[in-house]
Amino acid sequence: MNKTTFSRRDVLKGSTALAAGSAFATPVRAATPPSEAITPALIEAAKKEGKVVFYTAMDLAFAEKLGRLFEAKYAGMAVRVERSGAERVFQRIGQEYASNIHAVDVVNTADQAHVIEWKRQAILAQYLPEEVVKYYDKKYYDPEGFELVTRVLVSPFGINTDMVKMADAPKSFADLLDPKWKGKMVKAHPAYSGTIMNATFQVARDLGWGYFEKLAKQDVMQVQSATDTPKRIVLGERAIMIDGAGYLVIRDKEAGKPVDVIYPEEGTPLATSPSVVMKAAPNPSAAKLFQNWVHSREGQQILIDYARQYSPHSQAIEKPGVRKLADIKLMKEDPAGVEKGAAEIKRHYTEIFKV
Amino acid sequence: MTVAIPAEQAPAPRKFGIDFSTPVLYAFAAILCVLIVLPLSWLLLYSLTDAKGHLTLANFVRLFSESAFLDPLITTFIIATSSAFICCAVAAPMGWLVARTDLPFSGVIRALVTASFVTPPFLGAIAWELLAAPNSGLLNKIFRAVTGAGPDVHLFDIYSLEGIIFVISCYTFPYVFVLVANSLDRTPGELEDASSILGGGRWYTARRVTIPLVLPALLAGALVAFLQAMTLFGSPAILALPAGFHTMTTKIWSLFQFPPKPELAAAASLPLLVLTVFLLRAEHMILGRRGYSVVGGKYGAPRLIPLHRLRVPAFILCLTVLMLPVFLPYAALFNAAFSPVATTFLTFKNFTMHNIEFVLFDLSAASLALKNTVILGTATATIGTAIALVIAYVTARQAVRGHRILGFLATAPIAIPGIVLGVGLFLSYTRPPFVLYGTLWILLIAFVTIALPSSYQQLQAAFRTIHQELEDASRILGATRLRSLWEITAPLLRTGVIATWCFIFVGVMRELSAAIILFTSETKVISVLIYDLNESGDLGAISVIGIGMLIITFSVVIAVNRIPGFGSVRFRNT
Repeated sequence: MNKTTFSRRDVLKGSTALAAGSAFATPVRAATPPSEAITPALIEAAKKEGKVVFYTAMDLAFAEKLGRLFEAKYAGMAVRVERSGAERVFQRIGQEYASNIHAVDVVNTADQAHVIEWKRQAILAQYLPEEVVKYYDKKYYDPEGFELVTRVLVSPFGINTDMVKMADAPKSFADLLDPKWKGKMVKAHPAYSGTIMNATFQVARDLGWGYFEKLAKQDVMQVQSATDTPKRIVLGERAIMIDGAGYLVIRDKEAGKPVDVIYPEEGTPLATSPSVVMKAAPNPSAAKLFQNWVHSREGQQILIDYARQYSPHSQAIEKPGVRKLADIKLMKEDPAGVEKGAAEIKRHYTEIFKV
Repeated sequence: MTVAIPAEQAPAPRKFGIDFSTPVLYAFAAILCVLIVLPLSWLLLYSLTDAKGHLTLANFVRLFSESAFLDPLITTFIIATSSAFICCAVAAPMGWLVARTDLPFSGVIRALVTASFVTPPFLGAIAWELLAAPNSGLLNKIFRAVTGAGPDVHLFDIYSLEGIIFVISCYTFPYVFVLVANSLDRTPGELEDASSILGGGRWYTARRVTIPLVLPALLAGALVAFLQAMTLFGSPAILALPAGFHTMTTKIWSLFQFPPKPELAAAASLPLLVLTVFLLRAEHMILGRRGYSVVGGKYGAPRLIPLHRLRVPAFILCLTVLMLPVFLPYAALFNAAFSPVATTFLTFKNFTMHNIEFVLFDLSAASLALKNTVILGTATATIGTAIALVIAYVTARQAVRGHRILGFLATAPIAIPGIVLGVGLFLSYTRPPFVLYGTLWILLIAFVTIALPSSYQQLQAAFRTIHQELEDASRILGATRLRSLWEITAPLLRTGVIATWCFIFVGVMRELSAAIILFTSETKVISVLIYDLNESGDLGAISVIGIGMLIITFSVVIAVNRIPGFGSVRFRNT
């Protein structure tokens, strides 16, 4: 594990390449909204509404932690977290909005492609918190305020060090095809997880679908969520996690569990995770307050300290123990490609893995 | 039981009231049509159209030509057949032991069967993951510790076809048990006495009198087990993905991922519907007109067969079988609720309240889901019992013309996987004039519809065992149909009705497959919450909620049984 401290600048340098691809593919002509601070008026309006409904793909424990800290900071507010995989969050919102049910205030997905679709449907509100404009690299937010990147996710390998010694562990995607790992690996599913949807797209693009065909012959255990695979290696159900939330593996390692992360030689899949405020949010002021606070220095520091994720906020202070994004060879993110290819990725994946 | 009419009392003069039964009955027929015909019509329509709404058979061509659909179909058939067989093989002897022998503590055995019945199958599946996942499963850990086997050796693999069949059987066998045991409970002693008097030995009587009497119940049980296993979503949803295959229900669920393909899902559900209708017809043909009215004006207690030296072994055998759906899974859930890692053995040292605290203070979706579940459970049980009661009466007494159609309609939902019914309802109630999606009403409709077949069958069976002669006597003496129902039939049915109410309430707690389609964040129920927690692997939280859910369920069952005047009712009287 690389113990050097990581700085915002490194993150930004490292992610220039990837961010080039995360351009907001379908520009919607809209005026740039003014950046807004958290004002007493906003807080008062939010408290009148009293609650925020937050659909998210982030790990449940972290999402609830954010909710409770927000409630502690703004007494009288209640945050209700609805967590499921990003692809299911997307399905849920589609199903609800098609029936004119507007229950959700703020969404955090792990798949940028969703935002492309939502912008096309014109169901997003424009909102730019002051700190985002001041401290976020322009690559991390939509200048029109439709979306902000909340966290940068990577999907490395994970291992249970009681079951595989680090020295023997697979170092590359190619290593995973070694017959000795047959029946020892667990993998999440692109039809449920946004991180995995992006990871699948990137691996298929860089290594070819033929790679997955070979991988499928390794008796890979298939679960749904990218937040489930880290828990399976903690349980010791499988020795190796092929993909999933790297931050959970780091958290578990720091909590003394026998797990570690490995960043594959070919490159680590990457997914920037954006948040949006819905135009038809039932609690519009509370939604803004929550969105603003989550992306403030305070919210982002929780992201780093508690959830061990990468923050786009340049003032947030890193906590050692997580390898710098710049030091990881990353695969290139391509939301537009994912948006176009999602249905085909799911079909092809199911054909190969049978589920 | 005899219904005595004091001889000195003259028959009451006939009142010239209107017999409201006919309009009431037709109203219920109309309700049933809306409940069932509406979603089914949408399903049929969708199965015959493409995404653009043009008429086509392409969905069926895909269904029967692509391995992505054929494989799950075959898998489902294997699972349903094996489960039905296992359920009968286990439940029938056990039902016989409990009902007709002097098995010690037979009440305990019945209570434990009830416990396995009220355990949600998805919760059972998760508990069995904790027990029998090949590497982390507690039983496999014990096995390796005891035998000193290597780290890759395992005794059980729950992520397999056999594993799924096993888990499904664990939570389906109570259906067979209840049917068989009830049937045996009701078999009158006179018939057996007659056999004995004529020289038949105990075993001869059992073989020639008792078993033929119970055969219809066993056949019905096999059928119910088959259909339950075929249409179950919960257990496969937990286990099939890691096991690496789809069943029809999980396949149908996957068809609603974005972009949703309801037309394919509708088509995929029709083979299940056709097969079910076929099986119900087959059952009818085999049994023919054989049906037994075993509670008439006269009643004799059944004879118990002494087991002698086999009493204790038989009891231990029953207990061992019931370890599988009850003791072991509950222990695994308890272990997971209080240990730091779900499949680490609990010790005094590693005991933690973390999961309890998380569920009570952090899990923000829990309180709303709990409230929704309790509201829906109560409402569904009350409304469902009322509807089932009326329809059961109509068909059992052939009270109106077209009662067969009513009976068919009430049974039809059993052929519709909950998930498909969910879709049918979704299509029906997301458009004017009934925009119910996003409210608890759509879930209520779904749950009532799902509960209808079993509650109807239970109550109809209850009606059938109460011979018409009792009602006829009342009507001859001048009572209207409703009055004779109220004063004669209702008291006799009371236990059956209470059991049905419990049955439906518990069913709502267990229901996942329709809810997974019909919920919104405002109308989430506990089962969906658990499914979401399973997706992200939060096993500790699931265990806490699961235990809470079991406590609520058991409280309801026990509370209803203790209501003054209702007497003590066991689940047996369904």
